[in-house]
Amino acid sequence: VNIGVGLPTTTPGTDGALLLEWARRADAGPFSSLAVLDRLVYDSVEPFAALAGAAAVTARVRLATMIVIGPLHPAALLAKQAASVHTLSGGRLTLGLAVGARLDDYQVAGVEHRGRGRRLSEQLAYLRGDVDADRIGPARDGIELLVGGGSGQAYARMARYADGYAHNGGPPRAFAGAAARARAAWRDLGRPGRPRLWGQGYFALGDIERGNAYLRDYYAFTGPFAERIVAANLTSARAIRDFVRGYEEEGCDELVLFPTVADVAELDRLAEAVAG
Amino acid sequence: VKVSIVGAGPAGLYLALLLKKTERAVDVRVFERNAPDATFGWGVVFSEETLGALREADYDTHLAITDTFARWDRVDIHYRDRVLTSRGHSFSAIARKQLLEILQRRCRPLGVDLEFGVEVDRVPDGADLVVGADGANSVVRRAYERELGTSVEPEGCKYVWFGTDLVFDAFTFIFRETEHGLFQVHAYPFDERTSTFIVECPEATWRRAGLDELSEEESLAFCEHLFARDLEGHELFSNRSIWLSFPKVTNGVWHHGRIVLLGDAAHTAHFSIGSGTKLAMEDAIALRDALVRRAWDVEAALVDYELERQPVVERTQRAASESAAYFGRVASYAHMEPIQFAFNLLTRSGRITHAGLTVRDPAFTRALDSWFGRTDAFVTPPPMFAPFRLRALELPNRVVVRPGTPAAGAGLVLSGFVAVSPEGRITPETPTIADWAPAARPVALQLGHAGRRSACCPRSVGVDVPLRDGWRLVSASPLPYGPFSAVPDELDEDGMTTVREDFVRAATRAAELGVDVLELDFAHGYLLASFLSPLSNHRTDAYGEDRLRFPLQVLDDVRDAWDAVLSVRLSVTDWARRGVSVDEGIAVARALAEHGCDLVHVVAGQTIPEDRPEHRRGFLTSLSDRVRAEARVPTLVGGHLTTPDDVNTIVGAGRGDLCILDLPPAHVERERTPAPELVDRAVIPS
Repeated sequence: VNIGVGLPTTTPGTDGALLLEWARRADAGPFSSLAVLDRLVYDSVEPFAALAGAAAVTARVRLATMIVIGPLHPAALLAKQAASVHTLSGGRLTLGLAVGARLDDYQVAGVEHRGRGRRLSEQLAYLRGDVDADRIGPARDGIELLVGGGSGQAYARMARYADGYAHNGGPPRAFAGAAARARAAWRDLGRPGRPRLWGQGYFALGDIERGNAYLRDYYAFTGPFAERIVAANLTSARAIRDFVRGYEEEGCDELVLFPTVADVAELDRLAEAVAG
Repeated sequence: VKVSIVGAGPAGLYLALLLKKTERAVDVRVFERNAPDATFGWGVVFSEETLGALREADYDTHLAITDTFARWDRVDIHYRDRVLTSRGHSFSAIARKQLLEILQRRCRPLGVDLEFGVEVDRVPDGADLVVGADGANSVVRRAYERELGTSVEPEGCKYVWFGTDLVFDAFTFIFRETEHGLFQVHAYPFDERTSTFIVECPEATWRRAGLDELSEEESLAFCEHLFARDLEGHELFSNRSIWLSFPKVTNGVWHHGRIVLLGDAAHTAHFSIGSGTKLAMEDAIALRDALVRRAWDVEAALVDYELERQPVVERTQRAASESAAYFGRVASYAHMEPIQFAFNLLTRSGRITHAGLTVRDPAFTRALDSWFGRTDAFVTPPPMFAPFRLRALELPNRVVVRPGTPAAGAGLVLSGFVAVSPEGRITPETPTIADWAPAARPVALQLGHAGRRSACCPRSVGVDVPLRDGWRLVSASPLPYGPFSAVPDELDEDGMTTVREDFVRAATRAAELGVDVLELDFAHGYLLASFLSPLSNHRTDAYGEDRLRFPLQVLDDVRDAWDAVLSVRLSVTDWARRGVSVDEGIAVARALAEHGCDLVHVVAGQTIPEDRPEHRRGFLTSLSDRVRAEARVPTLVGGHLTTPDDVNTIVGAGRGDLCILDLPPAHVERERTPAPELVDRAVIPS
């Protein structure tokens, strides 16, 4: 399994300097990807803007969205944003898309919440089919597409249009269940080969309480589930190694560990934990 | 710390004593509506595994419980005047009343405050932790249904719970055919004098028998009469024994603030897998453990408890639902030979497989294997390796492989989609019958016309991604398939004639090529499937009024031109609102069989892109099972089966005849990122 790291675009105390420094160090470190989350109604940096910044100071790592809430954007604009980051980074974009979990993101964006799944399918068809590519550049060639979401339709959508599946986190056992569903859908849709499987988890190796407080706040909208996410925060080198091993055994291709504390020292700690 | 527990059933009492035993200083109160000696139901069942957990959690109760246990390791299946026996199923049972007495006796000296006859109509105040252990109709849960995401749905048959003084010496299933339909009994002993005796039947049978209008005494008499032979002159006893529907209770979360649910209040599992009390007592253990681990930080402990228990309970609930559904449709298996009927019953919930049963009871699977292989040899291969005969074709085994996977060893190789004409290709890479030749034998040639899903990019790119410069499409109605798909032309009479001729020509060519099985594609929204579904067929002509008309014409034409095995790949359901339901799909399968189809390749969905599939391992098995049992036609089924055990279980239980196996690659070594590089990079330059 390849290990990626999240860019702290949603954590409190993030600023431009920190994000760029983080990206630079991740590129120099043992990480194969740098990923962002998406949330409109929150104090967070927009995913494509963040990845564009990261593209400018990195040369090696893949730049990934885990995930972007596709239906908040018109398809053509989404394609343009993604292709732009892809171009700026020299072809390093992995575009994960899903419908997201929050109603208020849709309300504030002025976008219908109903029909979001169907619109996501249309966007995927638009991106994959190179629709309007003759008049809307830059080229989308080589953008790796992932789809996230836990519904039966999400897996089918993934198998229909994407290159792989973006899992939303949880213990290795939960990932294993999702991986089986992704593979089953892939076969059923008659795709050759197998889907790429991306997993994710949260970590805090320094100020754990600060990390947990952020998760409680970020996931407050899930009610009681927030505490479950806090409980799953990886807070020791051993927990991280067990987590990585568990994901590797279940066939994960790329495991992205998201910081919960915006402190570049966390990157060093993570690198040590992963290496040890 | 103050803990209020609502409900003095096994879950509540066991939690109370565990908490008090662990932490004397905790104030534990149990509120119960009924008197201490009032109890409903008869015996409850535990597995060996559960007993181990009870032993570890509290040895005193374990001792007291096991002292009064009825134990058995046999399952007896009474079916068509035969009794089939399977061994190795270690179970124990105890009278529910006795279990409660033991738990009450253990609670009192520990200092648990038991208050009986207290009607709890709202969530108690003043406690740091309120536990809703008040059963499937939990008052505590009902106060927070919205927050907890509660769902209560009936599942399975109508059932009634009796006792009898006939002491069975095994867990006993009895199946009795009547003029109204099939009735079945689940019976097991729970002490030296008494057995539980549950009678059930589908609601339609229950109404036909007039049981909806009988009194408690009358329905007891009805059951006593119906099962007189099995009761051997013994009586049935009633204990408020009325016919019920089983409520399946689920909750998105099991706690809200300081309130937590335990046992049936949080989740029920259909009685036919006998896990309700087991789950409840395991919940109590997990909650106690979580409180200890989190040093009585209630919020953190409740999260821990839920995280630990929910996955386990969900698996059990899924198995229980499978079991409930099985008993709801068991009449459709009444044509099976007793040994297969019994194996099907034992493997109904998915928790016992052919391999699992071989460990428990090797004699049973040997009997099944020899019956299945029609051999009296001492050493017999499992069902996967039994030959399969259809018309003049004998396949060496039950394994079917997809194109692109190694074919060596497989009983049958699928060709992949081969178009009857260039217009019918899915992608420019799709072979047509003119340029296709078998790569391995025996081979099933999948013949189709992609209809409105034609003219797409290769599937390495994606599915239903239209080609930039495609060709004109045809379908039952002029409705585009997916986003950016072209609008197809409605297939007219001339077009139909051409398509029929193309299929016949292809069948003739297949015969020349020595194809073993011809498979017509009536699935996944391709041309012939587009006629079958109301979602894609909006025609007002004869082909809209009778949606089977055109597909059956093609089938008839091909049947006339093709003497060997003819299969049809069919989407049994559209998995979509207003689409083809499973019942309708089974009726279609029946029609196909009447028109000479020898084998139905069971698939589902893809009639429209926004359908609602649930992809997982074995997701097509239950559909294949129903088609085979209800349309009485042999089936070929895939649905991501990954182990030989899957095949042995499906084929042995009669849920399918041939299985597509997605074997993982057979290697035990794997690549490793070289460690030195990681170490080098671990030191990050600042």
